[in-house]
Amino acid sequence: MLKGTVHKYGADFDTDAIIPGRYLNLTTVEEVARHCMEDVDPDFLTRVRPGDIVVATTNFGCGSSREHAPMALKGVGIACVIAKSFARIFFRNAINIGLPLLESADAVDNTEAGDVLEVDLASGTINNLTRGKTFTAAAYPEFMAELISAGGLIEFTRQRLAGKGV
Amino acid sequence: MMTLVEKILAAHCGKEKVSPGEFITARVDIVMANDVTAPIAIREFRRIGVSKVFDPAKIVLVPDHFTPNKDIISAENAKMMREFAHEQGTVYFEVGQMCGIEHALLPEQGLALPGEVIIGGDSHTCTYGALGAFATGMGSTDIAAAMATGDTWIKVPPTIKLVYHGRLGQWVGGKDLILFTIGNIGVDGALYAAMEFTGEAIDNLSIDGRLTMANMAIEAGGKAGIFRVDETTRAYLKNRARHAFNEYEPDADAEYSRVIEFDVSEMEPQVSLPGSPANATPISKVGTVKIDQAVIGSCTNGRLEDLRVAAGILKGRKVNPNVRCLVFPGTQQIYLDALTEGLIETFVRAGAAVSTPTCGPCAGLHMGILAAGERCISTTNRNFISRMGSPKSELYLSGPAVAAASAVTGKITSPGEMT
Ligand code: SF4
Repeated sequence: MLKGTVHKYGADFDTDAIIPGRYLNLTTVEEVARHCMEDVDPDFLTRVRPGDIVVATTNFGCGSSREHAPMALKGVGIACVIAKSFARIFFRNAINIGLPLLESADAVDNTEAGDVLEVDLASGTINNLTRGKTFTAAAYPEFMAELISAGGLIEFTRQRLAGKGV
Repeated sequence: MMTLVEKILAAHCGKEKVSPGEFITARVDIVMANDVTAPIAIREFRRIGVSKVFDPAKIVLVPDHFTPNKDIISAENAKMMREFAHEQGTVYFEVGQMCGIEHALLPEQGLALPGEVIIGGDSHTCTYGALGAFATGMGSTDIAAAMATGDTWIKVPPTIKLVYHGRLGQWVGGKDLILFTIGNIGVDGALYAAMEFTGEAIDNLSIDGRLTMANMAIEAGGKAGIFRVDETTRAYLKNRARHAFNEYEPDADAEYSRVIEFDVSEMEPQVSLPGSPANATPISKVGTVKIDQAVIGSCTNGRLEDLRVAAGILKGRKVNPNVRCLVFPGTQQIYLDALTEGLIETFVRAGAAVSTPTCGPCAGLHMGILAAGERCISTTNRNFISRMGSPKSELYLSGPAVAAASAVTGKITSPGEMT
């Protein structure tokens, strides 16, 4: 069970906003995390606490394929991102590296910055403790659920290749 | 009853038929990465525990983002990629040696071909759809896995058909069509979907113009942008394609999730106002906007046709004293062709700075970075906050004709006004 404070953002929140291009020559989670949201939300790094949750409206993570974006969020300790919809490359990247994403329009509409949420990833239950409301996120397709339970794409691929005897 | 994208994907997963929403494991024909995405991909590839990539001839590595190396960290990343390329024997282009910006380079070098499935560690990999490939961007970890296995999982996208009726006016090209389209459907208008571009205006569009359009499919949230193969495509690929390829056609009764039709005969050149490519505006409605910089180039508009259009406007004219005009040819080949044609001389005489191919300013990496309060018009593809530098700078997007005309007058200007 995850429990954390909400940081809320709007529609079409892009990858340049999560991690500006000039930091793309950094390659580790620790390094990129130091610049997360730097240009659009300069206080973010002082506010954020490990376990916090990002909530956004539609098309979160649009723009570039930079894995640095989910890496930066993971690096500052964001436990999961809840949005109405995600840009597709960001979605793949986040799942691949083990940053959980949940889609729930109701949860997004009924959550404000500073609210405290409790999230059960297995069932997709999102509990807004501040407002006393509960929501359920859309379930992952079966294939994605397998990938997540394998521990991300690299583990999944290791197991696949091992199974093939390669 | 399959769309073009469905046909290609079916052929790559050994199925008779695939349908939107279905998860498939597709064989990949090319896996590409650059100096930003490859270092992380290589690190993850090593974790998988295989020693060799699935097929070195199908892996293409391109140093283009922070190159020629901007600083020591970038140099270390480029070095790591170069050493991996040599160790594995992958396709690799060295800076200066017919290298270039990946999405200008792969089509030019005959490495992106019709009917193929191409994945790249860069969101604008969708560019190759101009040649009838299913091409899509992914992150480093997906690239790492595909380098090991030669396949990748794909959720079959629904296809949106976009039909462009009419003939384009003099100063209107592929960039104007795609900015207009994104302005119309929004930055998530094609989220998770493939965009198939058709119609009279498309039939008459050059490959350079089609590459510009497919390049920006991602800016509408698209998984891919695709064009049917026609005589224009075949002529482009003649003496260029590095291997044999298959052509696919959509079935007459293919099912599209949406069909959107535009009449573009009266369309004006388009400018996307700062913040989002979806802020597309006809140039007559832009008003007076003074600029400090004009950027002509990138994987969107750094091809020969673009440089010809820009040079046609700059010839015999001078860049405004208050403007820095930067020209970035897409590849060394384009640079050379532009040189032979005299375009480079035109740019230099006009007062423009011409650079070796690099992503440089396009993603705010190096060269041409904007200060707070500065305004730039650029032929690149994204104008998000802080994309080209300071979060307090402003970035307008246009095609090469508007950017060149604006460089001369010092304010955003329609090329039609240049007499
Ligand atoms: S020119 Fe710009 S959009 Fe194109 S690959 Fe380089 S950074 Fe990306």
